[in-house]
Amino acid sequence: MRLIRIITRSIRDSFRSVFRNFSLSLASISCITITLIVVAISIVLSYNVDNFSRNVEKDVTIVAFLDVDITSERIKQIEDEIYTIDYVETIEFKDKMDIAKDMMSSSDVYKNIMQNWTREDSPLQDTYQVKVSDINYIGKVAKEIESIENVGVVKYGEGMVEQLASIFKIIRNVCIGAVGALIVVTAFLISNTIKITIFSRKREIEIMRLVGASNMNIKIPFMFEGLILGIIGAILPVLTTTYGYVTLYQHFNGQLFSPFIRLIKPEPFIYWTSFILIVLGMIVGMIGSYRAVRKYLKI
Amino acid sequence: MDLIRMSNVKKTYKTGVTAIYDLNLSIEKGDFVFIIGSTGCGKSTLIKMLYREEKPNSGKIIIGGMNVAKLRNRKVYKLRRKIGVVFQDFKLLNRATVYENVAFALEIFGTPKSEIHAKVIKVLDLVGLKGKIKNYPNQLSGGEQQRVAIARAIVNGPKLLICDEPTGNLDEKTSMEIMEVLEAINRMGTTIIMVTHDRKIVELMQKRVILLDAGRVLKDYAKGTYKNATN
Repeated sequence: MRLIRIITRSIRDSFRSVFRNFSLSLASISCITITLIVVAISIVLSYNVDNFSRNVEKDVTIVAFLDVDITSERIKQIEDEIYTIDYVETIEFKDKMDIAKDMMSSSDVYKNIMQNWTREDSPLQDTYQVKVSDINYIGKVAKEIESIENVGVVKYGEGMVEQLASIFKIIRNVCIGAVGALIVVTAFLISNTIKITIFSRKREIEIMRLVGASNMNIKIPFMFEGLILGIIGAILPVLTTTYGYVTLYQHFNGQLFSPFIRLIKPEPFIYWTSFILIVLGMIVGMIGSYRAVRKYLKI
Repeated sequence: MDLIRMSNVKKTYKTGVTAIYDLNLSIEKGDFVFIIGSTGCGKSTLIKMLYREEKPNSGKIIIGGMNVAKLRNRKVYKLRRKIGVVFQDFKLLNRATVYENVAFALEIFGTPKSEIHAKVIKVLDLVGLKGKIKNYPNQLSGGEQQRVAIARAIVNGPKLLICDEPTGNLDEKTSMEIMEVLEAINRMGTTIIMVTHDRKIVELMQKRVILLDAGRVLKDYAKGTYKNATN
């Protein structure tokens, strides 16, 4: 009961304190708002870059050419064998007649050449188009498919795919690093601003100690105050992200410059981003206050 | 019965300055004791050790059975909840009302609201500020602010009230009013230790007086003997 009363009082005092020290609170809130907007922008950017790279990776396909004289039973067996290979995600069989049809529809030249081909005299080969769950293992999967009997040539854009994968890996790591670094910088910035705010309330802490407040009694209200400042400071970044991203998405019709670069759908992406921003504001606000108060406590 | 017993207390600051040398002192429950002496004689260090703002380098300080000298920093609140401290500069929360300033000392322990209200009104009545509960410190005179500080210090019903030059910032008339309040609190059984420079107050009050000089007890005047001894 006593603990509940202490916590209730801490929450009430925290609210009171935010408004009684309004100019100082405003300084902290502004700092939180600005830094969280920067964090929000970097989250939106990095997630979209990540999404784009993953989409490109998903489109990378291994094409396994089957022997010309292969039987339909063997074709089915090969499918089962490919499925046993690790990192294989999907397999699609493409009949050589379907391939010819696709080629003919893409060019009149092909059409003139291929239109009289029958299944027996077509020089094309049946194929399996295999997609992998992790692009980093594409070479390994291709090699294993190649070793299957009646599978001839296996192609997946060797060299280029590996290069693409490593470039995307770098981009993704840079994005993660940038967001991480920004969060750390934000934490320091906010925590230092709150520290300055609390410095001016050194006297208050001194009085609290004097009348018999334990370290916990002193820390709790300040931590709640930091939490409130964090939540208030996160309001504008959340609104900016939510409305800004939805507007951007609608304005560009979900794609940037070309259909190749697709933006992440706003829902549930904006909710997650907002959640991250609020939690970040709360945690950083609390830690900032904790660090600042700790300085004035004799522990 | 002794409320405070100090034995062989020595305090040397990190700067190398020794403020208290081998001090032995005992104060009985219900006493009113003045600590006097010239600037730098160790008065402030002595009372700072009593409310454990400073720790002695050696010796024992027993207050109500608790060895304050051995008290860890994180446990200091246990002592502070049993004593009250009043300062020259009042140390009030300027953004809180008179009521809130006094209630603050109870709220931090999670005292029920109804209990807080009754206790706060009672002590504010005792110090003569019942009519000013909604005022802020800057709307009060110096004497009134000191009364608020006293009310806050005694609202928990401490056995000991430590006053560090509580009249230092006040005029003569207001100082005497504060002394009357302290006298009333003492009559109710609270032991009071007061550091002061005001010789007139000390002479007038006729209490036990401890004269410090260069960190040592130079004289310990029993109740009512100080005025005659110095005249």
